[in-house]
Amino acid sequence: MERIPILKMGDALLITIQVDMHDRLAMALEDDLTQKIVQSSAKGVLIDISSLEIVDSFIGRMLDNIAAVSRILDAQTVVVGMRPAVAITLVELGLALTGVKTALNVEKGMALIGKQVASARGTSGRNAG
Amino acid sequence: MPASSHSEISAIIDANEQQILKEWLEALRQGASLETGRIKEPELNTQAKGFFSHLRGALREGGLDVRSRGYETLRSFLAEVSRTRALKGYSPSETAMFVFSLKRPLFDAAAKSADASAAAQRGWEINQLIDELGLQTIESYQKVREEVILRQQSEISELSTPVVKLWDGVLALPLIGTLDSARTQVVMENLLQSIVDYGAEIAVIDITGVPTVDTLVAQHLLKTVAAARLMGADCIISGIRPQIAQTMVHLGVDLDVTTKSTLADAFAVALQRMGRTVVDVDSIAGRTAR
Repeated sequence: MERIPILKMGDALLITIQVDMHDRLAMALEDDLTQKIVQSSAKGVLIDISSLEIVDSFIGRMLDNIAAVSRILDAQTVVVGMRPAVAITLVELGLALTGVKTALNVEKGMALIGKQVASARGTSGRNAG
Repeated sequence: MPASSHSEISAIIDANEQQILKEWLEALRQGASLETGRIKEPELNTQAKGFFSHLRGALREGGLDVRSRGYETLRSFLAEVSRTRALKGYSPSETAMFVFSLKRPLFDAAAKSADASAAAQRGWEINQLIDELGLQTIESYQKVREEVILRQQSEISELSTPVVKLWDGVLALPLIGTLDSARTQVVMENLLQSIVDYGAEIAVIDITGVPTVDTLVAQHLLKTVAAARLMGADCIISGIRPQIAQTMVHLGVDLDVTTKSTLADAFAVALQRMGRTVVDVDSIAGRTAR
């Protein structure tokens, strides 16, 4: 079965969605990602949806779910590169994805994850010391 | 007999062509068309002569039925005349007078060339014909004016939604006029596209020019903010006037975003978030000199 690759970059997992998402693919991605976060003990998940042209409420909810699952597993989700039309569609669908952090592109998204990981380290390091 | 009446009118026109044209032009000149300088005499002459020759052709081919095929060229000629007049700022009656002032010369010609009862019959037919043509003029005049209004509407909605770059990564969107759903759509699309184009992280939506903020407008604003956030940009709403702030509180509108009273305040917040600051040059110079 077709799967979306999940790449590890330092503390973060990078997912680039390059194909049209259908529901089964989305659910497979959710499963794979959950496994991978636990395996690699990642601190951040970056989802690049700049090639995604069509979204529906299911994909919107999937993004929300991924963010919620990642948060439980102590990883921050950042969605980057959303197209204007996609953003308008999601808002009109009533899916504001309030639980998800967003950034304009992969570079800014990575910077955001890096900042959060660093601050989390700082506090946990102090707690441990 | 109705079958021959149009040929009789044609005959009347043919016989008195010069006379009718002369009288008509005289009437047009008196009708203040020239005094205002909106139209030159040669142009008026061409229009009148053009109309006249088209009318003769139409009478030959289409009889007295203005809606028939034979009148097509005459109708499009009239439409063109009223279009130019509408654009030059003529009033509807001034435009219609172009056709209506032909009535008198035609009546006179008809009265001269027939006995009383025939003349009355021709007069009635001419009357109807000219009235129909006059209505056509008004209709095309109205159509042109409506086109102008539509174009102005779309121009206003485009003009009133510019996206301004304030700083690297900071955009401003000064909104002017009431926000309805159609305009919100344009505003949202403009803003989101500009966020992509400029790679902006912060967008300041300034509503100083929005006369009233009710629950609907607030909802439109929040939609725009939510869409911008999905793209990865933060929004600040500025320019909330005192009365509007009060109305919003009375209505129970809760804007769940950073709000500032002026664009300057919002810009300061934006710079702070970007890790930048504005300093007084003199104070730095003084410090280094010391």
